[in-house]
Amino acid sequence: MHFLFEPGFFSSGPVRTAAVIGGLTAIVSAVVGTFTVVRSQSFAGHALTDVATTGGSGAFLLGLSPLTGFIAGGVIGGGAMEMIGVERARSRDVATGIVLGAATGLSALFLYLDATRSASTGATQQILFGSIFTIDSSTVPTIVVLSAATLLVLGVIHRPLLLSSVSAELAAARGISLRVVGLLFMLALAVAVGLSSISIGSILSTALLIGPAATALRVTRSLRAAMVAACLLGVSTTWLGILLAYDSVSWDPSSQGLPVSFFIVAIVFLLYLASGLSFVRGLSGRRGGGRPALGAVPAKDKDASPLGAAV
Amino acid sequence: MIAPVLEVDGVDVSFSGRTVLDGVSFEIRRGEFTGLIGSNGVGKTTLLRVILELHRPDRGHVRVLGESLSGGGRSLGYVPQKVLLDPDIPMRARDLVALGLDARRYGFGRRTKAQRELVDKMLDDVDAASFADARVGTLSGGEQQRVLIAHALISGPELLLLDEPLANLDPRSVQEIVALLHRVASDNEVAVLLSAHEMNALLPVMDRIVYLTQGRAASGTTDEVVRPEVLSKLYGHHVDVLKLHGRVLVVAEPGAEAPDVPDHPPVTVT
Repeated sequence: MHFLFEPGFFSSGPVRTAAVIGGLTAIVSAVVGTFTVVRSQSFAGHALTDVATTGGSGAFLLGLSPLTGFIAGGVIGGGAMEMIGVERARSRDVATGIVLGAATGLSALFLYLDATRSASTGATQQILFGSIFTIDSSTVPTIVVLSAATLLVLGVIHRPLLLSSVSAELAAARGISLRVVGLLFMLALAVAVGLSSISIGSILSTALLIGPAATALRVTRSLRAAMVAACLLGVSTTWLGILLAYDSVSWDPSSQGLPVSFFIVAIVFLLYLASGLSFVRGLSGRRGGGRPALGAVPAKDKDASPLGAAV
Repeated sequence: MIAPVLEVDGVDVSFSGRTVLDGVSFEIRRGEFTGLIGSNGVGKTTLLRVILELHRPDRGHVRVLGESLSGGGRSLGYVPQKVLLDPDIPMRARDLVALGLDARRYGFGRRTKAQRELVDKMLDDVDAASFADARVGTLSGGEQQRVLIAHALISGPELLLLDEPLANLDPRSVQEIVALLHRVASDNEVAVLLSAHEMNALLPVMDRIVYLTQGRAASGTTDEVVRPEVLSKLYGHHVDVLKLHGRVLVVAEPGAEAPDVPDHPPVTVT
């Protein structure tokens, strides 16, 4: 096993913190991401990452924790987008674009000030690309509470959210408030983006949000199965990324190891490509009959997990 | 006296100064099958949205079972005109039907066995059992209509509204859907208000017709409404009603501007 797990991997404090935070982030991202893809709100998700960047870089400037900034930025930006955009897809799109542009401009200012005041480029690297190994373990309780609260809210609204995601018209005709459901979902999305911002960086957080969910939606037959599959894919991808990044120090002893974010995003991308292969898609049985397609996922999942890779 | 299932009373709607509905009034009684007939753009969808309380009329009111509707939960079922269901979303036909039962409910909780059986029964009733586990987005137009009808009916409404359910269907599917709606509606004792731009497919099943043109409506049985005197008054110029081989044609006289005669493009009779 030595060739896979470098000495000290399991006893390292930062690795354990990273595994816990990464795992929780992946689960929240997968669940929120599944709804995001179904609602065709990937663009809003991406825009939130830009707003989170603004929050994170602003927090750094004020000496607050990046997590506070990421979440605050996302919640304010997400709220603004949902309030500006009415239920029509086009104006929602435009509202998203407007908020995105303004936020990115502010980020440019904040990141510039961060870099000049702290006389280092560390802030920019940390905010944009994450630094899961340097997260203080004291933030774990906060992250646990945020994750649990987000999953709870989504659980409570899942039926109205689902119908309004599939067809706003059907939901409105049943007396579901699209505004309330949309706003609550946007808040959940903001938290998910904030969590993955501290793990893999604000501009990469879309990858963890959309990637596992989109992959799972391709190969499953029901949304419940898709969500479970997305969680499994997300968690194993994140853990494998952490493992590879930890190991990468030994590949080139002169370096400090390669970034976790790179590995996670690369695996997410490869899995998505693999799910497009016709034989994998065939397992999902697009039309009636046949066995549930979830069977396709654990097999692939095993390959992506550290143990599977060791065989 | 039992309140009508639906009471539309003096409804006016205008969009930026253009009158769409002008004092529209009619009633639907329990279990009646009603066709809302008018050509494209006469305000059929607007009228349905007013009934659903998705659009507030400038004047007039709508009552469902004698009360103003709030929310549209149990007493109304609705099948919209265009539901674009993405084939990439793993929502099975049975999932969508089940959401008709509990989509308004917040909170957790799995569906009970009785609820799952009701979903199966509903899918069976609309002849959708064979594709119950297929993704809704991959189904044909006629198949999707069946699933949407089951979704609308499963909550046990008193009134089912359908917006142009026959548009974009091939002639055989049109007949199938009309027969199915008639059967399901009488089995479940549901009143139906169905909008269409073509009345002929509905003639065998319609108890009542609401004929909509130029913002005004005439309602009654087909024999009462589809007559030259009534329709000429409604259009504001003379139209003829031809009955041929059990079909009805509404024809404007030559030269008259009849932009919204349903059933067919303006016909000139020489």
